[in-house]
Amino acid sequence: MNVHHALKGILIALPILTLAACSSTSQTSVSDAEAEAARRAQMERDAAVQVERADQAVTPAERVRQQMEALRQENVIYFDFDRSTIRQEFVESLRAHGEFLRTNPSVRVTIEGHTDERGTPEYNIALGERRAQAVVQYLQNLGVPANQMRTVSYGEERPVDMSRTEAGFAKNRRAVLVY
Amino acid sequence: MRTFIQASFVLLLLLSLNVQARSALEIVITEGIDSARPIAVVPFRFEGVNRPTETITEVIAADLMRSGQFNPIPTVRMPQQPHRASDVDYAAWAKEGVEHLVIGTIREAGPDRYTVSFELIDVVRGNAGLSRQMLNQGQLVQSQEHVLEARETTISGNQVRQFGHRISDIVYERLTGTRGAFLTKIAYVLVQRNAEFPFQLAVADYDGANQQILLRSREPLMSPSWSPDGTKLAYVTFEQRQAQIVIQDIYTGRRSVLSSTPGINGAPTWSPDGRKMAMVLSKDGNPEIYVMDIASRELTRITNHRAIDTEPAWSPDGREIIFSSERGGNPQLYSVNLQTGTTRRLTFEGEMNLSGTFTPDGQSIVMVNRTRGRYQIARMDRQTRFMQVLTTTSLDESPSIAPNGSMVIYSTMHGSKQVLALVSMDGRFKARLPAAEGEVKSPAWSPFL
Repeated sequence: MNVHHALKGILIALPILTLAACSSTSQTSVSDAEAEAARRAQMERDAAVQVERADQAVTPAERVRQQMEALRQENVIYFDFDRSTIRQEFVESLRAHGEFLRTNPSVRVTIEGHTDERGTPEYNIALGERRAQAVVQYLQNLGVPANQMRTVSYGEERPVDMSRTEAGFAKNRRAVLVY
Repeated sequence: MRTFIQASFVLLLLLSLNVQARSALEIVITEGIDSARPIAVVPFRFEGVNRPTETITEVIAADLMRSGQFNPIPTVRMPQQPHRASDVDYAAWAKEGVEHLVIGTIREAGPDRYTVSFELIDVVRGNAGLSRQMLNQGQLVQSQEHVLEARETTISGNQVRQFGHRISDIVYERLTGTRGAFLTKIAYVLVQRNAEFPFQLAVADYDGANQQILLRSREPLMSPSWSPDGTKLAYVTFEQRQAQIVIQDIYTGRRSVLSSTPGINGAPTWSPDGRKMAMVLSKDGNPEIYVMDIASRELTRITNHRAIDTEPAWSPDGREIIFSSERGGNPQLYSVNLQTGTTRRLTFEGEMNLSGTFTPDGQSIVMVNRTRGRYQIARMDRQTRFMQVLTTTSLDESPSIAPNGSMVIYSTMHGSKQVLALVSMDGRFKARLPAAEGEVKSPAWSPFL
């Protein structure tokens, strides 16, 4: 075990020593660097091990993907019965979507409109479209160009909650932003 | 509100009919048998060795019962089981309160060939006719005027069910004066949420037997509408992640896209002459009614209003379209004259009126009426504007009328499941058609086939 421990210490210290040797041309004196390296190696040994991963450079595409992933977690806007007004509680979420779409003009979003199962299927298709358009209008007011957005109304055809209770109906009255 | 609600004597008669195993939808009659006319469909006498698999008299009795007009008595209450008019004991049937008899014979005429003969007999006339005897070739015989129908046809084993419906049509027309609709079909959308293709377009006999799936899709299907010749369906599909109106030939499966504009492409409805399609498009901003010439694909815009306009339906003469509009605040029915463009509001009762459709005689409009939050099927007389609520359920939609005007099929909730249901035009008879699996919606009754 002691051998193992010592070996680890060497493995960690070795690159640091090498690094110190290379920096001999710098303004810092070699002896200072050596002392510093030895001190660090000692600290490392004292702390047993402390392995860390370097931050990989994030590509712009990756950043967009990550942002999109975050927005996907918050992509549903709920509505009151027979209404298509955006409720205050969803303003912040829509601002985040708007900001993202404005800074990424190549990204396209489909806004789905949905209703609960009350009323007739055709009327609900019209109501679902009105909800999707309310979201489009809101995002347009935030500066998102119309050509980045597309709407589709599914009316009452794709409920997420089949319980046919008030709570279930409320979950089905929604607009969904799909990237 | 002058709506006449039938709930006063709701008799929930749950009669378990002997339903065919092939039925994907099982009919459960829920109300209204007590007011129907008593009739006896006597089991036909079989002459031969190999019986056909279906029992023809069960098909006939079920048809007559589902019409809401007749109450076929059970076999155990039959005083006798005659198969010829000359064997009928009229007094015994009259005593049982039976007004008419359907009797007959099925004779095996060859391999998979059956000769079916039947007679429809008026018990009251037969009972009275005993005293009115005639002399024919030196013999005293009974007058034949109590035999209302007598026919004979040869069919194959797999035609038994269809020929049963044919007999029902003949009996129904002879006794009510109205053409029977027992040989018609229904189209509907079947939804099985966990299936690989959850959305299915199906057609079946009007009673749910012989279901055939015409299309399976991963995306929603809506609003089937029959061509007046009964060979095609127009419907809405979301298979391209947008609404499109498609026409599909029922027998060849050939499909063609009729409309695929940005936004809504919905509610296709064939004109009575089969040449035009009324539809809802939102390509110009919000939902409006358009009429498309099917051959040229040329569009005529019918409505122009910033409110929602939807659910077009043609008058039987093709001169008028009725539709639902929110232009007055809540959705109500309006009519537009296609020649003059004159638009008039039709409904004023209730919070909302939606999904209007004309009865075949053009005299009434059947619709979804919302009163106190309940969505129910209602019928309004066009002349008097008298509105009668026909159903007692609360989430009814998509009413479609039988081509003889006798019944409305619609979609409703039973438990927490969407099912099809039937109600007679006077609201007295009600039945449910739950699917064996999944949910059913958007029923469309075929024209006479």
